[in-house]
Amino acid sequence: METKILKLKLKIWRQKNANSVGSFVDYDVSVSPDASFLEMLDELNNKLESQGLEPVVFESDCREGICGTCGLVINGQPHGPIPRIATCQLHMRNFKDGDTIWIEPFRAKAFPVIKDLMVDRSGFDKILQAGGYISANVGGAQDANMIPIPKDVASEAFDAAACIGCGACVAACKNASAMLFVSAKISHLGLLPQGQPERYRRVDRMIKVMDELGFGSCTNTYACEAECPKGISVKFIARMNRDYIAAKLKSKTLEQV
Amino acid sequence: MNWLNNFLNSSIGKKFVMAITGSFLLIFLIIHLIGNITLFFGPDAFNGYVKTLDVIKPLIRVIELVLLAAFVFHIFNGFRLWLENKRARPVEYKINGSTENSSIFSRTMFISGSIIFIFLVLHLGTFFWRFNVHDPQQLADAHQYYDIVVGFFQIWWYVLLYIIAMILLGFHLNHGFQSAFQTFGLNSKKYTPLIKKLGTIYAIIMAVGFASMPIYFFLSGGVK
Ligand code: SF4
Ligand code: FES
Repeated sequence: METKILKLKLKIWRQKNANSVGSFVDYDVSVSPDASFLEMLDELNNKLESQGLEPVVFESDCREGICGTCGLVINGQPHGPIPRIATCQLHMRNFKDGDTIWIEPFRAKAFPVIKDLMVDRSGFDKILQAGGYISANVGGAQDANMIPIPKDVASEAFDAAACIGCGACVAACKNASAMLFVSAKISHLGLLPQGQPERYRRVDRMIKVMDELGFGSCTNTYACEAECPKGISVKFIARMNRDYIAAKLKSKTLEQV
Repeated sequence: MNWLNNFLNSSIGKKFVMAITGSFLLIFLIIHLIGNITLFFGPDAFNGYVKTLDVIKPLIRVIELVLLAAFVFHIFNGFRLWLENKRARPVEYKINGSTENSSIFSRTMFISGSIIFIFLVLHLGTFFWRFNVHDPQQLADAHQYYDIVVGFFQIWWYVLLYIIAMILLGFHLNHGFQSAFQTFGLNSKKYTPLIKKLGTIYAIIMAVGFASMPIYFFLSGGVK
């Protein structure tokens, strides 16, 4: 079977640095339908470099959908038109010959553009530092089987733990809210016995930092769940709301938990 | 009261305020609609209903105060959320793919809410004001409540605005109903699909129910 080469028009957001004003630049590319989306950008960059032009800056690492580094807004959708995959898992066979493809960075006040399509997502790290951990005791390791965890609880925690921290939920949300990410992290730890000691402090602190970083407030549009490459469910946001209110009710001090 | 302040100004606190005031308004609308249905049973039924409300006035006044608080918080908080959420994305997307990932009802809460607010102001001015402030004694004696309402329902632009507002109310309620449950932390495979269906049914009943009155009286020319 012969493979047809796709001729595409790309409109890519180019921005020199965080302080400059960006704009879209047009590129014409010819690419095999078997190429991945990022391979298409690699080819474009090779061409640009050979012409002595500045390549397009975008991020990637694992290129198999597990690290969360990649993340582009393709024709208005984070990680492109195909549900449940990261940008690196998107293939050109999903586009038609002659298509125009708009490629933008994740846009949020809390995710400032560093250059072109690369944004600063260190806000996520700050949220995790505020409470995305469990306390581990020193001493000999306990037998793992000494802590009984029901299968359904383990599965639910695992569903939440599938979050790769890519930030597509923020990018998709019309309010640039980070609640899906934060709720996934809170649930992944808070559902398991090991996460209990910090359970309420965790939710209180992580929400506080999330709010301070300038992410918007969730209004339950559920765009995050629809665009999340791992299909993280908004039921975790509901669970986080419960835990947050419980944290406020349980706290014995008048300040924070 | 620092802790309360912190809670109410947090992202989850704000949605909690929306949900709790919204839930109160959801219940209020049911009672309001049941009361209004008496319009269809003629002047005596409707005037009798309004007079009954008059008899239990002290109780009604208390409910009105709670209602006022619910409206003020809901509207103020909603406006604030809209403003802050706009600021959370200073540079907009060139291509907006939101139709692919979210419902129109959820994305238009601010605009539907704003138009319902304009309607509410007009609504209070036309009915609430006249019934309560504008010489209520004279009104009560003359049993004119029914005539006032039906009179307004003869004005084409009033009826049109009424219908538009009720359609948007339906939009607003369709999202708001299930959204309140989500905010309260009630989301489960088991009952969330049911809640969403109930919300849609509720929204349709409210929109059609409230809009049916101006439509009926406009078309029938106000016959008694
Ligand atoms: S919740 Fe989904 S979209 Fe958000 S960071 Fe995690 S994997 Fe990415
Ligand atoms: S590069 Fe690792 S998820 Fe795409």
